[in-house]
Amino acid sequence: MDASPGARFATLWREGKLAYQWDPATASAVFYPRVGAGLEWRVSEGAGTVYATTVMRRRGEAPANLALIDLDEGFRMMSRVEGIAPEAVAIGMRVRVRYAGEVLTFEPAT
Amino acid sequence: MTRAAIAGVAESDLGAVAEGTTPVDLMAQASLRALADAGIDAAEVDGLFAASTQLPMATLNLGEYLRIAPRYSDATQVGGSSFVAHLQHAQAAITAGLCEVALIAYGSTQRLVGRAGASVQEVDPYEKPYAPMLPVSAYALAASRHMHEFGTTREQLAEVAVAARAWAALNPKAFKRDPLSVADVLEAPLVSDPLGVRDCCLVTDGGGAAVVTSLGRARAGRSAPVALLGAGEAHSHRHISSMPDLTVTAAVDSGRRAFTAAGLGPADVDVLELYDAFTITPLLFLEDLGFCAKGEGGTFVEGGRIAPGGEVALNTNGGGLSYCHPGMYGLLLIVEAVRQLRGEGGERQVPGAEVALVHGNGGVLSSQCTALLGTEATLS
Repeated sequence: MDASPGARFATLWREGKLAYQWDPATASAVFYPRVGAGLEWRVSEGAGTVYATTVMRRRGEAPANLALIDLDEGFRMMSRVEGIAPEAVAIGMRVRVRYAGEVLTFEPAT
Repeated sequence: MTRAAIAGVAESDLGAVAEGTTPVDLMAQASLRALADAGIDAAEVDGLFAASTQLPMATLNLGEYLRIAPRYSDATQVGGSSFVAHLQHAQAAITAGLCEVALIAYGSTQRLVGRAGASVQEVDPYEKPYAPMLPVSAYALAASRHMHEFGTTREQLAEVAVAARAWAALNPKAFKRDPLSVADVLEAPLVSDPLGVRDCCLVTDGGGAAVVTSLGRARAGRSAPVALLGAGEAHSHRHISSMPDLTVTAAVDSGRRAFTAAGLGPADVDVLELYDAFTITPLLFLEDLGFCAKGEGGTFVEGGRIAPGGEVALNTNGGGLSYCHPGMYGLLLIVEAVRQLRGEGGERQVPGAEVALVHGNGGVLSSQCTALLGTEATLS
């Protein structure tokens, strides 16, 4: 392969694109990107909904959010919601990708 | 399929073991005790089954240490559920004539060497940037979703820990036996919301072993045989972000397969040993195995229903929450089920227990393995 699925995903993210794949055989979105005949690369609009959320409380560190986000295109990914207190992140909350920084995070869609 | 039976079981030393003890020491100690319990000599063992996060080639370690050169070896590693899977694999191997006497064993020194050293988490590029606290955060995400969809409360989750502690108080081998209240669980520090430290299993050393052979051969042994009535396996994902629905586990499939194989249903089960790494897991498994409807797990456990004296005998040794959780807990589920079916439960004995369900969980709700065990009377 020319580039691994992971490397291609990372390259697209550096270009400000959240990439995922589409499987025409099952008409369903696929995430994480993987090797597979017929899988088409697509770019998400970056809008989604919090599916599940937790606040991680490591000793000696500030509480941090961890969330599973359902993107509107029909795939789910792990991320965190920033810009609000970690305890304030709620299931069902609408969020959007923050196109900033090395790590792909979300913020409340106002 | 040859009727397989468990001829002997044992725990190794549990809790906090002596400095310098290795996981193989514990695996072998439990194995020798289980063989003595079965009345079978180590030289008769020709099939080895083991899995360990500390020993990637666990059956090789076990064979070398016990000086057993098996003709069949199965190191299937599906996390804490591995040993319930090994029960079914042993039955298949015995049926196929690949071995006659199967030894399933486990040992861990995770308390001695530290959890980080004992259980190395693989690095996933799509989860690593968010630094999930694994495994607890994965179970916390599932709990958050269960609370959201079904109105499950932290008090209901706490009931699971409180019942486990009450059972542990009846088990001399349990690690934590002091009283625990719902308020204690709720007031304990949060680890990964909504799970607090008392919603999480213990971090202990320990191990166990089970000897499996044909029912006919087991009858000639020292202890009453416990028959494998049916088993089922299933897995749905490796990473929590790839779990299709965080409120429904693959126990739906493993449970159905086990009940079908045994020709039994939930109403036939006298004692349940359900993997309780976190308080949310028994709730999910009660629902997915058919003991209550989806979403009703929280209500099901209320009011001491799963505590000693309650309607449902669940995790009668005190479970991973209060008895012992040596990294992977699955083998100890089998040990307790066998003891209950032999009437060896002492103060915690469930009167007249004839059928037991053991359910192992592995990874982050990833792998689910169910087995139904019964006394010889259940076969007639």
